[in-house]
Amino acid sequence: MKWLGLALTATAAFVLAVVLGPAHVPLAELATSDIVRSLRVPRAILAFLVGGALALAGTGLQALVRNPLADPFLLGLSGGAGLGAVVAIALHLSSPWALPLAAFAGALGAMGLVYRLGLVGGAELDPRVLILAGVAVGAFAAAVTTAIASLSDAAQLRNAFLWLWGGLSGASWDTVLVLCVYAPIPIAVLLAAARPLDLLALGEEPARHLGADVEALKRRVYLATSLLTAAAVAVSGVVGFVGLVVPHAMRLLWGHRHRPLLPAAFLGGGTLLALSDTLARVAVAPRELPVGIVTALVGVPVFVLLLRRWTAH
Amino acid sequence: MDRALILDVRDVRYRYPGAAADALRGVSLGARAGEVTAVLGPNGSGKTTLVRVALGVLAPSAGSAAILGRPAPSWSRRALARVVGVVTQREENLFPQRVRETVLLGRYAHLSLWGQERAVDHAAVRRALARSDALQLAERWIWTLSGGEYQRVRVARALAQEPQLLVLDEPTVSLDVRHEMELFQLVRALADRDALAVVLITHHVNLAARFADRVLLLAEGQAAGSGTPAEVLTRETVERVFAWPVSITPFEGAPQIIPLRKREDGP
Repeated sequence: MKWLGLALTATAAFVLAVVLGPAHVPLAELATSDIVRSLRVPRAILAFLVGGALALAGTGLQALVRNPLADPFLLGLSGGAGLGAVVAIALHLSSPWALPLAAFAGALGAMGLVYRLGLVGGAELDPRVLILAGVAVGAFAAAVTTAIASLSDAAQLRNAFLWLWGGLSGASWDTVLVLCVYAPIPIAVLLAAARPLDLLALGEEPARHLGADVEALKRRVYLATSLLTAAAVAVSGVVGFVGLVVPHAMRLLWGHRHRPLLPAAFLGGGTLLALSDTLARVAVAPRELPVGIVTALVGVPVFVLLLRRWTAH
Repeated sequence: MDRALILDVRDVRYRYPGAAADALRGVSLGARAGEVTAVLGPNGSGKTTLVRVALGVLAPSAGSAAILGRPAPSWSRRALARVVGVVTQREENLFPQRVRETVLLGRYAHLSLWGQERAVDHAAVRRALARSDALQLAERWIWTLSGGEYQRVRVARALAQEPQLLVLDEPTVSLDVRHEMELFQLVRALADRDALAVVLITHHVNLAARFADRVLLLAEGQAAGSGTPAEVLTRETVERVFAWPVSITPFEGAPQIIPLRKREDGP
């Protein structure tokens, strides 16, 4: 029943994303319209994939660092990606793939640095150190980003600023294809980690004695969540709150067992971002809001409600 | 009757990275089916470290640890979890869960990667709850349990692993007299009725003396005594290890320790 509801909501979000837009396309012409075929459909799919990836990454990361307030961007990836993107803009790299690739490289750089710092004594990944390293690396990258942006001219600055707030206007069948090839591996790694992640919620020592290979688990989950987030940030900028709010909303509905929770989070995150992107496109048409603003405007009130419900216990 | 030796730790040494001295200096520990072995000793004497070495979490620099005849470090965590159940000192409860769910986590090592829990798993959970007298708690939320109930549930989770060896690390900390006694009686019954080998780390010297078949008394990483409670818990040894004057009185055949008051003016 819950699954049916989620599937119907997801389908409805997808249909709305295809039907609605700044340009009016009559229903009869939906199937033949160029706007629908080459713009709206790939964009809706991309929104769904990115939202799903972020929510999945957020769920995995919250279990890994054992902190319910963790967000996929907590570990410095947004800072690294932002730096990469701003460098690409400042260098006037004009190829359509320059910005996503630079952002991806920046995110991977931050990921490698945070991972290295999080390895305590060269062997054990310590989630607490991971958070601190992520915050430090993210802050440093943000400082450099702002420094570069402050030296750029106004038009560049606006581009960088809008990109940082997230947006799916760069969507094309190519980006969809790249993501469809890239994402299944980290997604499969996370889904396979569902049961041991349940054990990890008890702490590392109990999880180990219940049969989980804790060190390998932490590494796999960290790498998979980071790779998903890096890809998401590369194609859509920093879309906040999906990775934080959706896991909690799904926990309220599905409980905290990761086997149902992870796929539910993927569908929920995809739905939320597809809806938010539709809103971002049509709310102030013909201009467009950064979708990160919409997810924050929707996400923050929902999150505050959840927090109230949570602290009422 | 010669009982099967499940755990065999011999002369292990271990030093934590960066530490100035060895945490364990040549300690041996055996656990046999149907027997309760208590590990006693002051804070920091190496009790928890010994268990970590015994279960292959830490690799000793000298000596050996074997479980069912196989070196502890060579077991995968998954295979070991089917043989050894551990009730650790601490655990966290990040997300709310019910008693039945948390006990079901004990079945992890028996499940395949993508498979669902089967009827045998649910049956094992029920059996484990019944054995630790926690069946009536099955549908309760963890956070509504008292300290003593929670410890019984954690024992049930370890039993759901269907282990041959049960290790409990200070399971009665902050429990009152009744719940302490319930837990010690439960542990004794698991050894007697189900022939489990039990290793019990505890600060309760007197309860250990009454409920354990054998005790290992640790002091500064070394064995100050190993054998039956009566052999190990002599006045001289206990006073030396705990650095406090005591008097020993037998009760139900077990030595009971009464700490004396230190006089202000004397030794």
